[in-house]
Amino acid sequence: MKTAVKTREITLIQAITEAMDTMLERDPSVLVLGEDVGVNGGVFRATDGLYEKYGEDRIIDTPLAESGIIGTSIGLAMNGFKPIAEIQFFGFIYPAFNQIVTHATRIRGRTLGRFTVPMVIRAPYGAGVRAPEIHSDSMEALFTHMPGIKVVVPSNPYDAKGLLIASIEDPDPVLFLEPMKLYRAGRKEVPEGYYKVPIGKAAIVKEGTDITILSYGAMMPIVLKAAEKAEKDGIRSEVIDLRTLFPLDRELIQSSVEKTGKVIIVHEGHRTNGLAAEITALINDTETAFLSLKAPIQRVTGFDVPVPMFSLEEAYLPSIEAVYDKIRFLAEY
Amino acid sequence: MTDYPMRQIIDGDGALVDDRYKDQLTPELVVEMYKKMVFARLFDRKCVNLQRQGRIGTYVPFEGQEASQVGSALAMREDDWMFPTYRDHGATLTFGHSLKNILMYWNGRYEGAVPPEGKRIFPPAVPIASQLLHATGAAWAEKKKGTDRIAIVYFGDGATSEGDFHEGLNFASVFQIPVIFFNQNNGYAISVPTTRQMHSRTIAQKAVAYDMEGIRVDGNDVCAVYFAVKEAAEKARRGEGPTLIEAVTWRYGAHTTSDDPSKYRDQSENELRRKTADPVGRMEKFLKRYGYWDEHLKAYETEATAEIETAVKAMESEPAADISHLFDYVFAASPWPIEDQKADYHRLKGGVR
Repeated sequence: MKTAVKTREITLIQAITEAMDTMLERDPSVLVLGEDVGVNGGVFRATDGLYEKYGEDRIIDTPLAESGIIGTSIGLAMNGFKPIAEIQFFGFIYPAFNQIVTHATRIRGRTLGRFTVPMVIRAPYGAGVRAPEIHSDSMEALFTHMPGIKVVVPSNPYDAKGLLIASIEDPDPVLFLEPMKLYRAGRKEVPEGYYKVPIGKAAIVKEGTDITILSYGAMMPIVLKAAEKAEKDGIRSEVIDLRTLFPLDRELIQSSVEKTGKVIIVHEGHRTNGLAAEITALINDTETAFLSLKAPIQRVTGFDVPVPMFSLEEAYLPSIEAVYDKIRFLAEY
Repeated sequence: MTDYPMRQIIDGDGALVDDRYKDQLTPELVVEMYKKMVFARLFDRKCVNLQRQGRIGTYVPFEGQEASQVGSALAMREDDWMFPTYRDHGATLTFGHSLKNILMYWNGRYEGAVPPEGKRIFPPAVPIASQLLHATGAAWAEKKKGTDRIAIVYFGDGATSEGDFHEGLNFASVFQIPVIFFNQNNGYAISVPTTRQMHSRTIAQKAVAYDMEGIRVDGNDVCAVYFAVKEAAEKARRGEGPTLIEAVTWRYGAHTTSDDPSKYRDQSENELRRKTADPVGRMEKFLKRYGYWDEHLKAYETEATAEIETAVKAMESEPAADISHLFDYVFAASPWPIEDQKADYHRLKGGVR
């Protein structure tokens, strides 16, 4: 017998709080660690109310040390806990890079499975909110390149909650990137309680037959607006939200490319060796998809320059116009 | 070994409590200290207002820390190096940074990190504690070049938890580098109190591990800060190595204009501290008590406000941010990917396909 699941409209950040709350309640080994996550409830309020509910032994205000947060989380994860480590901004993760690349990602392999690191690293990423320097980075490609860690990026409240729960239950390290521009951008129906959205599965958010547009995270609203604009010209785009950046959903990418034969990939991270480069190679490696191409694959990305100070961030970010320009180019190809 | 009494020269009531410095407290010096603190405070308040009006971006206030920032900056020689954090524009403006550029920094402009010609002021460090190593390296270069220039680097209580803090102190100690590690312990790293940040009773005591002199000073006493830094600077110039100074202070306001401190601390403590330990108020009491006060100092606020308003106008009359700042300063000569992307940007802007 199935009971009806209650849903409510909540924001993306509320969905993230709910995912942690749900898992903290279900699994006593789940911990939250980070700078200002306790008493303050996180600088974005992602952990609001959790300290009051679960106490300082499980919602832990750490010293100001990213390498320390990740390094001790590795030890906790190896020894029976499931840490959710918050890095305050993705641009602050670099001191912890050594811990992730040399340890979190390798311990299962180095011990042939004797020790494992079931931890989640949460970090708000991306530009467009007039934040100070270093607060707006989108360096996901550093981590998709790195063997041994999954990379997940939700773009809406429903996926955010379901994917975060799946990440917490995953037996290996997961980097969970949160589009800070979408934290409070709108409310969506989200079920109460426990549910999962599978890691490794993309989603078609708009069906179409002419052009496949692949994107993720904070770029999704930009892509959808460009696709809607092109729809008025009679161009039907199929928009896919990748949701997981490693491992990519090869099957869905393949079937959509075979249908449309034309592809645009959009991300705000830097161009060289960014996700678009990997997806282009993936299409090349998937013979049926490659042979169905009717035009060169197009990409709209952040430039190969550091994410600028905010007076120039709109110039840096892919725009609706830039995506629309590529749609028109491919439609006329 | 871990006993670091807090040095004070002027107490909360404005009374001189350390006679050794009496002769060095010239009328020119004490009036200068006072004026610089008043200026810094007015500037800081103006910036908070500009942010509230949407005329600049997120701003990091330093009100309450004027004695630490002004006292330390005045104690440096004008050709020395300064490595600030994002909360130290009170120090950089005292040290000769451009007011307009500091405002531009908070308005998201690259010009903001550029110091006036000849001033050795590094851009504010946004990552925590990374700048301790830069200061150590820059001072090391001066030592290698045989000059007597030194460096001062600013950081907060939270920074002492980062690996770079310890690496900076260790390098400076190993190579006996002429750098002053100037810590402002304002009690909180965003929401986390110093008591939770560390189990050590003081930050000064962390110098022991590096066999370095550690000094703990009342960071709201501009004179105590000034002489602590001056002595550390003289020592560094003599080739006698680095010093760690802990200036114990307090920020009245939020961590940034995006922060709400009522979530994590009792705000009534601010009012108590304003009454008993305010850096500007204390100096005013001192000046009055010892006959340095002069009615023209009252008018100084008007003068300072006018100077700040002029800088705000200059900042606001700047043309929009220059797109070349995005593309043309990553490398000395842009490699083809950046040139291509720049051309593509301009093509799209021009409406050409």
